[in-house]
Amino acid sequence: MPGVETSASAQGPIVELRGVNKWFDDFHVLRDINLTVGRGEKVVICGPSGSGKSTVIRCINRLEEHQEGDIVVDNVELTGDIRRIDAVRRKVGMVFQSFNLFPHLSVMDNLTLGPTLAQGVPQQEAEQRAEELLRRVRIPDQARKFPGQLSGGQQQRVAIARALMLRPQVMLFDEPTSALDPEMIHEVLDVMTELAEAGMTMICVTHEMGFARKVADLVVFMDAGEVVEAAPPQQFFENPASERTRLFLSQILH
Amino acid sequence: MAPVCISSAKPTHAPARPPPRRTDSWSRWLRHNFFQNAGSALMTALALWALFVTIPRLVRWAFVNAVWYTQNAADCHAAAGACWAIVPEKYRVMLFGTFPYEEHWRGVLVIVIVLGLSAISTIRRLWSYWLCVAWLVATAAVFALLLGGVFGLRPIGTHEWGGLPLTLVMFVGTVVGGIPAGILLALGRRSKMPAISALCVGFIEIVRGLPLVTVLFMASLMFPLFMPEGVTIDKFLRAQIAMTLFFAAYAAEVIRGGLQAIPRGQYEAADTVGLNYWQKMTRIILPQVMRIVLPSMMNEIIRAFKNTTFVGIIGLFDVLRATSTAIQDPVWVRYSIEAYLFIFILYFVLCFAMSKYSERVERDLAVGR
Repeated sequence: MPGVETSASAQGPIVELRGVNKWFDDFHVLRDINLTVGRGEKVVICGPSGSGKSTVIRCINRLEEHQEGDIVVDNVELTGDIRRIDAVRRKVGMVFQSFNLFPHLSVMDNLTLGPTLAQGVPQQEAEQRAEELLRRVRIPDQARKFPGQLSGGQQQRVAIARALMLRPQVMLFDEPTSALDPEMIHEVLDVMTELAEAGMTMICVTHEMGFARKVADLVVFMDAGEVVEAAPPQQFFENPASERTRLFLSQILH
Repeated sequence: MAPVCISSAKPTHAPARPPPRRTDSWSRWLRHNFFQNAGSALMTALALWALFVTIPRLVRWAFVNAVWYTQNAADCHAAAGACWAIVPEKYRVMLFGTFPYEEHWRGVLVIVIVLGLSAISTIRRLWSYWLCVAWLVATAAVFALLLGGVFGLRPIGTHEWGGLPLTLVMFVGTVVGGIPAGILLALGRRSKMPAISALCVGFIEIVRGLPLVTVLFMASLMFPLFMPEGVTIDKFLRAQIAMTLFFAAYAAEVIRGGLQAIPRGQYEAADTVGLNYWQKMTRIILPQVMRIVLPSMMNEIIRAFKNTTFVGIIGLFDVLRATSTAIQDPVWVRYSIEAYLFIFILYFVLCFAMSKYSERVERDLAVGR
């Protein structure tokens, strides 16, 4: 995919969580999470609501702070140091469940604001990059519109393009299709699949098991703040090791 | 036996057509709004009777029997109606207060510049970099005209300022200084740094807990006591600062309300696209906040305009104080109602214009949402 650069040459994992623990007040929301993501690999995290799966990926770009353990993104360890947080956020793109586009800015401005302000990319170059990405997410004609004038599926694809504008090494997806009407889910998943095929490292929290089966290198099942099971999709869906996984799968696969 | 299902839906094919025409006639509107039942008919009748009694008297007083122009107060005395002649007789004192008489033309220019540029600024097509330049130039021109001492203009001390130029400068200064200060206070109040947050909360709560009059008294009477010997700050400037800080405290609370209305996702999205704190605030959060708070902010702005009348209490001659001074003239003193009505109309027109303008901006900003 043009406009998307991945550094597949470098060796070793790009994201690593070691013994990560987090509490919301007294509630132990992440319990000893260990997760390694290799460059160019795709990890799907699933689990019931409240299992901590969103919190895991929100810790990876420091939207949430973890209290114990190490999180390393592309050799940068996340600490309270603001420069490290900025460095990690430059490597990580994020797509939210509720899109979180900036409603007062046009689609074009939504895309170009980050690179021009945060990275000093010249306006013209940023706009070129934006047009390229909008073509890739199949909404080339909407650049002058405002988010409120687009459908949910279009908004989420704009959000994906916006996250790609900073040329991230890793893309985080936090339930990207959960707020969409059913007929719009596939257009977003198609874009995500293309992105995966282009070699992007992806960590997706999603309930789209078809997507997981097709795209994931590893499926992680979380429950009650723990990683219960992690396996390649075929093994995960056909021969889950844990009873909790089997129960969960039976509930969402009908 | 299973119960028979009686729910049903009949498939049809109906092309789209325009909605049925509304059949409201004026007689129906009248009946619906004024004579729906005996009670409302009675209220309508009472209101009509009250209007019938008062309106002709008002018209007779204000128009039919009024004296529109005379230089002799005795003419007013002889007439049964309003004495509007006090306005042409006293308008220069009312509008310019203690401003030196032969320099009133400078005050006129100030009024024209401020009101003119304000009117031009309401045209959205003209919003650009140049409008900011125009305001900077206008500010310089206004102070040059009021203070003098340049271009051969006779210097005028701020203690001689008065009337509408003083009111307008005080008002514009209050709003232009107060909104940024209010934004900083609101952001400071939400700051994670405890000292900054405590300072902002303390300031806002103290100022909100005091009447404006006491703030002005403090600025005018107590403040000089705290200053070292020989250091004085201009009285107008002290009043201006007091008004600005008072406005800022209220503006801060309005803005805080707007900040709370912005979803957390907007902050997070700004974080993930790499914006720093000030970029996030100025580009993402505050533009949305200002849209949300526009109606209540306009409310505070209009109130700030009317609050300028309080500076009369500490001896500055704003329009209201200048007017009450003008009507001290024993020959005309009995026509003070007419003079105050004139000032009432002046304030109303300016406030109403602001209110209408804010309505239009609200409509404009709704586009694209």
